[in-house]
Formats: sequence, C-alpha cells, structure tokens
Amino acid sequence: MVMETYGQSAVRPRRPEPWAHPAEASHEPHWHEEYAYEPSEHRWLDDQRLTQALGWFSIGIGLTELLAPRALGRAIGVGDHPAVFRMLGVRELVSGACLLSGRSPAVWAWSRVAGDAMDLTLLGAALRAPKAQAERIAVAGAVVLGAAALDVYAGQRLMRREISPPQVRVSEVVSINASPEELYTFWKKLDNLPRFMQHVQSVSRTNDRISHWVAKAPAGATIEWDAEIIDDQPNARLGWRTLPDSEIRHEGAVSFVRGAGGRGSIVHCELFYQPPVGRLGAALSSLLGEEPRKQINDDLRRLKQLIETGEVATTLGQPAGRRSLIGRVALGRRLQ
Amino acid sequence: MRAVCWHGVHDVGVEDVPEPSILNPRDAIVRVTATAICGSDLHLYDGYIPGMFRGDILGHEFMGEVVEIGRGISNLSVGDRVVVPFPISCGGCYFCEREMYSLCENSNPNAAVAEKLWGYSPAGLFGYSHMLGGYAGGQAEYVRVPFADVGPIKVPESLSDEQVLFLSDILPTGYMAAENCNIQEGDTIAVWGCGPVGLFSIKSALLLGAERVIAIDRFPERLRKARSIGAETVNYESSDVLSLLKEMTGGRGPDACIDAVGMEAHAHGPVGAYDRAKQVIRLSTGRPNVLRQAITACRKGGVVSVPGVYGGFIDKLPFGAVMNKAITIKSGQTHVQRYMRPLLERIERGDIDPSFVITHRLNLDDAPDAYEIFKNKEEDCVKVVLRP
Repeated sequence: MVMETYGQSAVRPRRPEPWAHPAEASHEPHWHEEYAYEPSEHRWLDDQRLTQALGWFSIGIGLTELLAPRALGRAIGVGDHPAVFRMLGVRELVSGACLLSGRSPAVWAWSRVAGDAMDLTLLGAALRAPKAQAERIAVAGAVVLGAAALDVYAGQRLMRREISPPQVRVSEVVSINASPEELYTFWKKLDNLPRFMQHVQSVSRTNDRISHWVAKAPAGATIEWDAEIIDDQPNARLGWRTLPDSEIRHEGAVSFVRGAGGRGSIVHCELFYQPPVGRLGAALSSLLGEEPRKQINDDLRRLKQLIETGEVATTLGQPAGRRSLIGRVALGRRLQ
Repeated sequence: MRAVCWHGVHDVGVEDVPEPSILNPRDAIVRVTATAICGSDLHLYDGYIPGMFRGDILGHEFMGEVVEIGRGISNLSVGDRVVVPFPISCGGCYFCEREMYSLCENSNPNAAVAEKLWGYSPAGLFGYSHMLGGYAGGQAEYVRVPFADVGPIKVPESLSDEQVLFLSDILPTGYMAAENCNIQEGDTIAVWGCGPVGLFSIKSALLLGAERVIAIDRFPERLRKARSIGAETVNYESSDVLSLLKEMTGGRGPDACIDAVGMEAHAHGPVGAYDRAKQVIRLSTGRPNVLRQAITACRKGGVVSVPGVYGGFIDKLPFGAVMNKAITIKSGQTHVQRYMRPLLERIERGDIDPSFVITHRLNLDDAPDAYEIFKNKEEDCVKVVLRP
C-alpha cells in the first residue's frame, strides 16, 4: 500500500502541515521560496530508502548464505553447516524480496527482527560447541545485534505510518494577469468562489473564521462541510481546514505571489485530503471524472478566465449536428 | 439553420441544426454572408486532426452581419458588417497583450486536452476540433462569436465580401509567413505550395521587399496563378527541386523558405510511400516532405517559415541541417487580429485584391461536393467560397 500512487501525488502516510513555515509578514516571498516543501516530503522518501536498503541488505546476505555456506561458516567461526546456512539464506531472500516489493514493509521489517533473534540463538548455540572460535562468533554476534537494532527502528517507524490514515496531496499553479492584492480580495469574497469552483454550489459565512460549504457530489447528491481559516496573510496567502465533524475532511492553502517583471501573479493552490471512502473512493471518483487534481486545475483555469476576461469560456449550449453515442458520452463529460 | 457538419473521415453533410445563442456577455451572433473552405479544413476532412466528433460544425473563414450582441459588447452594433478572425482571443491575457492572439490562454475550454499533447494550449479556434476548443464553426447560416469585442473587424461597404473575406485567415496567414522570413532587400524567398496561403505568401513577400520569389507546386493552374502575381515557378513533378533551387540562387540557396503545405505533403518514390504508410498506421501524424526539403534547401543562416499545419509528431526531420546551418524556424497559428487592420488598409489602397484566389463560388448546400472538389483539386480548384 505504501507505494501506491494517486495521480502524481503519493498517498501520504502522515498528516503533513503545509503551512508549517509561514512567510514572515513583512517579507514578501519570491515564488521559488514557496516551493520549499514541508519536511514530511523528505521523510516519506527516507522511509522508502530505508525499506529499500533493508531489502537489498537481506538479499545480499541471503545470496551469500545460499551460494557460499561453507566459506561463510568458516569466516564467522561456526564451522561447516551448509544445510542450516542455506535455510537461513532462503529466509533472508524471502524477507528481502518482500521488503523490496513495498507491500507492508513494516511486517517484513519485524520479520527481520525475528530472523535476527533466530541468528543470535544459533550463534549462541555455536559458541557452546567444542571447536568454537569465540572471537569470530562474537564479531558476528555484534554485526547481527547492529542489524537487529536497525530492524527494530525500521519496524517501529514503518508501522507508525501504516496505521495513520492515507492522505492525498494535490498541488496546482497558474499565472494570472492581476496583482496579488486583487486576487486575494477576490478570493476572500465568498460569493465569488462558486463562480469558478465548478463543483461548489454555495459558500456562506458562519463567522469571521468559519464558512459553510455545499458542493455537488457524484450521482447528483450534495455534500456539505464547514471550514475554518487557519492562516490568513493579507494579499499573500489563505489557508483553511475543515472542522472535525465534517462529511469530508481536507486542508488547503492558496498563495498569491507577484510574478517576475510585474507579470501578474502566480497563484498556487495546494490541497491535502482524505478520500471520501479511502483510496478506493479516490480511485472511483477519479473514474467518474471528479478527481480533485483535475478539479483544482480546472477551477484555477476558470478563476484566471474570470479575472482576465470577466467570463468563463464555454461551448455548452451551442448547436451541433447529430452526435454519435460515443460523441454524446465524451462531450457530456470531459470535453465540451 | 443549415450548417456543414463533420460526420467522419471524408464525410461531411449539410444538416438542419438549432440556431446559436449568446452564451457569454462578450458574445455576438453573426449571420454569415460568405464563408470559405480552408486547406486546413482538409486535414479535418482527411481525419488527421484529433478531437473531432460526429456533428461538429466546420468552418473558420467567415464574415457576415452582426445580428445580436451580448451585454458586454460596446464596440459593435447590430447590423455591422464584420470579418471574423479564426483564432478566438480574449484580449486580456499575457499573450493577447503581446499581440500573440493565437496563443490566447483563456479561449480554449478544453485546454487540458491540448496540454496533454503539446504541453500548453493555444487559443480556441472556430470549427477546428475539441482539442482546440470545440467551437461551432462558420460554415453555417449563423455563428456565435466569443470575445466579439476583440476579434471581428468592421469592413466598409465599398469592398465586396470576396475582397475582405480572406482577412479571416489565409491573407494574414500568408502575410505572417512572409513577415517571419525577416525579408531584406534583394532576398530570394522559396514558397512550397501554391494554394491560397502560398499565393498570399508570395504576394506578401514581394510587398515586403523580396527581390525574387520561387514558387513550387505541381498543379498547372496554381503555378499559373503564382506566375501571374510575380513568382518564378518550379514544378516538383518534372524537376529536382533541391538542385534547381541551388542553381536558381547562384549556388547559395533561398534566403528564406516557406512551407505552405503542412502535414499532408506529397512526395514521390520510396520517401513518399514511407511517409504515407507511417501516417496511415499513425506512427507519425504528418508527411513532412516539404519541411525536409525547405530545411535542406535553405541557405545557411536563413529562415524556414511554417504556416502549414502540423498536428502531432513527424519523422526524419533533418535537424542536423537546422543546427549546423544555423537555420531559424518560425511557425504558429496566425495572430490574425494583429494583421487585419493593416491588411484591410492595403486592400482599400489597392495593394492587393485577395479575391484572385477564388475559383469556385457555390452554395452552402453544395459543401459535400465542394470538399471533394477541393481535396482532389478537380476543375483547377484553388479556393471555394460558400454562400449560405
């Protein structure tokens, strides 16, 4: 599940905090500073790298045990037990392959801890054998203990992320021929939002920080939620989060940054959400054309059209000749 | 109303469809008095432009009378006689502000589709596939014109429809192709294709100061028209174009080359067969034989200007020649709005009478036959004008 992706956004293991490093009020950020994303992005990559490293480590040891059991036995001072080493080798290869497959890496990291315990037990037994080379066995034991410590750390870390709910992040950007001030003011006026957010039917003000949203959902239903403003930097950035008891939960932020050379503004919108019914719901809504990434992209495009031209370009309602069935389906959905 | 609808490859029909209505404040409705079939309509007819659906109304060269305006329109009135440019442009985006109207960021409602193929979407066009907006075209009795305060130009009654109709596309397209050649005194320009755009490129190149224009085609009528406006001509069926161009230019090559043919170029022998086969099985979406020749023929440091339409991917392009000969390639859908006013003035002054390209005047109802005649160049066809 960890490797699963949704659109181009990785399914997030942990709840990220996109506004963890707000720009200082007096300092207007240059656009590329905005792209210094949250540390959890690196965290996710680290997890992936850790899993991969453990996997290849297992495979390396497994191959050695399988292909050169006698040499290995002599090297670590336990004598000639090729059958035992080959069995251990198969075990290492299995857990290595499973780690590299990316499915439930926490389980396989813990399985490596169990394997380490088995190895230590066998080394202990070997130590008591009459011809044991204690020094070499001690070195091997230290190596296994080190690996075990790493495995325990990995198991804990990977397990933590598997039990937290998946998060999807989408991020889209558009350049608009208007100042950050105009765009911020336009966005803050809640009546304006349904004019370019295609799926939003209405947004009403509950109080200074909280607003109530009604949106169209698949199959003609509606979906409602309350959102609170959690980051408000005039003419620069707005961040919001749904209230805990909402039907759907998400966090988002939109920032307005002056473009280089006075070329309007760069509007960057970022959304973190939990799909309505988990990842299956996300996949399903994607099939139905309700994918959030596309929605945000389309919405930003409509915002741009509205600001720059005063209207949203459309062909809905124009004449056409007889359509084929395929044409009716295609034109009714994605295209106009 | 009657409208020319695309039914599939090599299949268009005149259908009875609902009349268009104002959908946005900056729309106008135009009653079409004259419309034309463009060479680029043949790419739709032959099925080489993706995103066409059965029932789409064709046509992007048209003019007529304003019969209705949206509440956002103040520069036009009902009754105005206008020519409408084929790109739909908002006038307010980065590109429109810089007069790159065919690259308007706001007029293609299906921009996401074009972005998948090209990275970024150009402007929406009339009657030219859903990838480029899916706007109903002007080969109809009425047409809805979005951003009518930016595109349409009012034309004086003293000029006939046939004199001004081509301001909508092919005259500015030929002119921009020549302008892109950065013509200097004494230059020789080679033009591949003596269809309407090629002919207007020839005329424009001469107007812009070219000393000589060499025109390349195979149809006698087209070559005759090219000669009549001042070009020297080469029939590519009876001569080796590359060596002839070299000879005609003193061994240096033309200073600029114009590809006014595009993705359905004809070629002989194995190269032609190879291109055709790849296009048929969609390994390549164009037959770029003219572009290859233009790049090879062009003098070092020269310009290859490409008004001809290409849609997707082409093959065996001699890019080594582009790089090592320091060739500049200039292309693009025409920024028609930029050229309409100055070209209208040239027509009024009598510098150019674009109606010389017209060979066929037919009724809108004859459109299916007209497409066939134009495609096959029957009856010496160069340009078809349809009257609703």
